[in-house]
Amino acid sequence: MTISRNDVHYIAHLARLGLTEEEVSHFQVQLEGILRYVDKLKELDISNVEPMAHALDLKNVFRKDEITPSLDPRALMKIAPASQGQFYKVPKVIE
Amino acid sequence: MNLSSQTITELKEGLKKGSFRTADILASLKTRYESVEEKVRSFARAPFFQEREFRPSGCLEGIPIVIKDNICSEGDLTECCSKVLSGFVSPYNATVVEHLREAGALIMGKANMDEFAFGSSCETSCFYPTRNPWDTSRVPGGSSGGSAACVAADEAVASLGSDTGGSIRQPAALCGVVGMKPTYGRVSRYGLIAFASSLDQIGPLTKDVRDNALLLSVIAGFDKRDSTSAPLPVPDYGKEMEADIRGMKIGIPREYFVEGLDPEVRSCLAEARARLESLGVTFGEVNLPHTPYAVSVYYIVATAEASSNLARFDGVQYGLRATPASSLEPPLIAMYKETRDKGFGAEAKRRMILGTYVLSSGYYDAYYLRASKARRLIKEDFDSVFKEYDLILTPTSPTPAFKLGEKTEDPLSMYLSDIYTISANLAGVPALSLPCGFTKAGLPVGMQVIGPSFGESDIYRLAYQYEQKTPWHKMKPQL
Repeated sequence: MTISRNDVHYIAHLARLGLTEEEVSHFQVQLEGILRYVDKLKELDISNVEPMAHALDLKNVFRKDEITPSLDPRALMKIAPASQGQFYKVPKVIE
Repeated sequence: MNLSSQTITELKEGLKKGSFRTADILASLKTRYESVEEKVRSFARAPFFQEREFRPSGCLEGIPIVIKDNICSEGDLTECCSKVLSGFVSPYNATVVEHLREAGALIMGKANMDEFAFGSSCETSCFYPTRNPWDTSRVPGGSSGGSAACVAADEAVASLGSDTGGSIRQPAALCGVVGMKPTYGRVSRYGLIAFASSLDQIGPLTKDVRDNALLLSVIAGFDKRDSTSAPLPVPDYGKEMEADIRGMKIGIPREYFVEGLDPEVRSCLAEARARLESLGVTFGEVNLPHTPYAVSVYYIVATAEASSNLARFDGVQYGLRATPASSLEPPLIAMYKETRDKGFGAEAKRRMILGTYVLSSGYYDAYYLRASKARRLIKEDFDSVFKEYDLILTPTSPTPAFKLGEKTEDPLSMYLSDIYTISANLAGVPALSLPCGFTKAGLPVGMQVIGPSFGESDIYRLAYQYEQKTPWHKMKPQL
């Protein structure tokens, strides 16, 4: 698997990560190395194996639909970088 | 009176007798902190030595406990040792913190860690690296490096860490303390800042096995706020560990004793085995044939989950917001990117890039899906061994503590230092590291005891009986 600079730029955009050109070069080489290592998994015959998402035998965990106290919205707004009343403020989204 | 080196059990006895008070314990810890912290740097920030309010009852009454910087405690800075969470004061308590407080413990402070628990050396903390108390030119292991080092250096009585691929056990081994990664679902993850949700578990790091069992009994249990916590009763591990181990059957996996295992670690394990045999335990060679694939599976599954968990750090609800000077992109997207670029360190970015890649369109089947299937094969390896054996014994880490800077340039060599610990997270089974000797250079060596799901009692039983017959847990670093 070869990874181009464009691949790294594209992935970084998906992850909403701004990267410097130097970081792009670095990650290009390292990502290629790591992917080469994990290619080992191609040796395995997994045709009849069910994927495993986690270790517990739990499915569809539901709770009662009851009203319970939640955290105080004012306390939560206080730790936001920018807020107004009960709203988070962000840079302009719609032109 | 110097109280900083005492165990929870010893301190409880002294408090009960009235020989000293909690304020005296804190004063001892403060003196110790002032004399060694500059060399070790276990803490993410200065701890609290004033007597904070605590509940005057419970099995940890008046005992100060340190927690990792990724565990939320109300009103305290909880920064995950990352710039992206700088200034984040948690508005709520993690469930484990509530359990500790109900048991009468005081949260004394937050331990240093690799940023977002991404690392095996505590060098990716945005603050400073923690150093190994046994040799300060070496790493304490990671990611719970601060949690292990503060206990080893007697700056803390006991601590909590979190373990996603070995982050409690590997630093416990490298620092010469006892560290438990419980069964997935045993301890609530509510209030633990998520790294990889299908692998993460919180667990205790302590000076001996008894303290560890006690602390796990306090923090374990079902929590309706964590839908993956197990609805099972919690045993009194401290009581159950006293039972005899004669006749226990232990598996030694061939795949763990291969090239790359340090000869001194290998000989410590051989001695431990002989010691256990003398206590009436029997051993057999077993196979965990998919072990060579574990690191690959882990670095796909864990980074995929991390890339999705870390999407929440976007400069909107908490932590850092950075504003770009100018950008061709829409202002909101530009703010996200600038915040995440400024907020995350190199290892966090590397893992998000890898995780995003393996989940991206066109590569999902080749990487994430394939890894999820291989994960089941790894779990089935354990299932089949535990049909015949009670426990598995392995080294915790292939080498003793390595030098600072030795592996920072080569991420893959760093990832391989978790080669013996990763499988337990993938399979969800409990595993504990405890001291089993020292190298000639005086570095601690740890052994790992792995049990079947919810088999913590048997792990503690073996570890406790071994510890009773060995001096390792009593040895102290010269600082």
